Amino acid sequence: MKSENVLLIFRSNIMYKPLIYRLSKDFDIIFNILEAKILPRREGRILLELRGEEDQLLKGVTFLEENRVVVEHLSDKVWREEDLCVHCGACTGLCPTGALSLVRPKMEVVFDVNKCVACGMCGLACPFGAMKDITLFDPFAEGRTVN
Amino acid sequence: MSQFKVKKTVAEINEKIKQGQAVVVTAEEMIGITKELGPVQAARKVDVVTTGTFGIMCSSGAFLNFGHAKPRIKASRVYLNRVEAYAGVAAVDCYIGAAQPREDDPLNKVFPGRFRYGGGHVIEDLVAGREVHLEATAYGTDCYPSRSHEARMKLKDFRDGFLFNPRNGYQNYNCAVNLSKKTIYTYMGILRPDCSNANYSTSGQLSPLLNDPFYRTIGIGTRIFLGGGIGYVVGPGTQHDPGVKRSENGVVMGGAGTIAVMGNLKGMSSKFLRGASITGYGCSLNVGIGIPIPILDEEMARFTGISDDEIFVPVADYGYDYPEGSGGPLTHVTYGQLKTGEVTIDGKKVTTAPLSSYSAALEIAETLKDWIRSGKFLLGEAQETLPSIAFEGFGD
Ligand code: SF4
Ligand code: SF4
Repeated sequence: MKSENVLLIFRSNIMYKPLIYRLSKDFDIIFNILEAKILPRREGRILLELRGEEDQLLKGVTFLEENRVVVEHLSDKVWREEDLCVHCGACTGLCPTGALSLVRPKMEVVFDVNKCVACGMCGLACPFGAMKDITLFDPFAEGRTVN
Repeated sequence: MSQFKVKKTVAEINEKIKQGQAVVVTAEEMIGITKELGPVQAARKVDVVTTGTFGIMCSSGAFLNFGHAKPRIKASRVYLNRVEAYAGVAAVDCYIGAAQPREDDPLNKVFPGRFRYGGGHVIEDLVAGREVHLEATAYGTDCYPSRSHEARMKLKDFRDGFLFNPRNGYQNYNCAVNLSKKTIYTYMGILRPDCSNANYSTSGQLSPLLNDPFYRTIGIGTRIFLGGGIGYVVGPGTQHDPGVKRSENGVVMGGAGTIAVMGNLKGMSSKFLRGASITGYGCSLNVGIGIPIPILDEEMARFTGISDDEIFVPVADYGYDYPEGSGGPLTHVTYGQLKTGEVTIDGKKVTTAPLSSYSAALEIAETLKDWIRSGKFLLGEAQETLPSIAFEGFGD
């Protein structure tokens, strides 16, 4: 079992096409909707957590892409510059998914990229610029990093 | 005071350090030792307890002398990487303050501002051995005719450079929450509305002044770990206030004591001096400090043996109360509770996050321990301890 978070972008021409249920039906993928929004320019965005066998996940994502859904792998979007992180923990109280968390009792901060939903909150919270992200798409969270 | 069973002097402890016989432990290790042996035996056994803290400390900065140029200049304005340093000190002396943002910084015009580069970053760059761009301008005098001077300089090119922080090492500090209806961006980090998260900043049981709550051993001349090098306490810091409410163990229940510290920048490391950008607030400097505490008697053993569960932290509202300068603490929680990641405030479960690095604080305390054990770091006896108040005793 592997888990990863993806952002699906449905352009208006495919917005109401029933596609997501096929993930579980055809590929045995368990999905969990983390957040969904229809943007003013009539584009649908869904943050999904996908869980399944690695090859099935790949096939599921390919299926979506073949149906013209834009799939952003969120684990590619955010990373930590290890040298810059001082393990203060300032980001941990704001990370909505627990991707950044403190390991007790040593109080070191670990980053689990597979839990990240690329909300950009840690980029705002980190005083040392250790959390990097690519600003690719509109945010769901407020205060997204803008360079 | 005279009824102590154990009595040691700093000079005696230094003698042991020189002979490589001093017993040195971190404040974290001391908790178990005091618990197991009791304060008297612990004081007999342990000579020095090392502490540490690594957090954002505004009220930091560095004096720099950039050396005389040819022709000479009496600088009236100085910029380092476009961050202004105060030049009203002397011809080629200036003071770069950690909180000074860069000249063209948009500040909070686009809210919340990011404050990507400031005085703290200049200090970090210098200590890391990176080059900075110096620009000085002047009105010109007979003895200092030059009106402008520019140079690219590394720390080694400066004639002198020393860190001088007027207020560091706050003995205890607020835990910040936000009772207002909108997200706020403060020096205590980002606080979500309706008391959704709580930020705190102290290394608790490892924190220097919390381990000597009445400053019996800390004052001008105390030799310390400062920014990865060696520094000194040079007196009480600004806003030093020993009169803050204390719990029965003598530990202050809010921000109280502070220290002013100084040390040669040229021995420091950018690992323990890091420029900080606080979204919506400004620039600052993360400073690493460790103070060795001599265990002169059983009272000092007991003070250094306190744990996170015995340190109370006031919870303050930064939504209304703090900015208005009104209201008191909403409640007190212990540092032990805060460290679990969740506390209950007014019946509500609130996520907590530290702003100060406990793991780095521990590394500092361990480093200082190694320095002392190796015999190369002797304790500096305070010539005058910080202003304090009388301790009534533990009441048992
Ligand atoms: S972007 Fe940062 S805050 Fe947001 S989920 Fe990922 S790690 Fe957490
Ligand atoms: S806020 Fe930045 S430096 Fe602090 S733990 Fe998070 S990533 Fe590391």
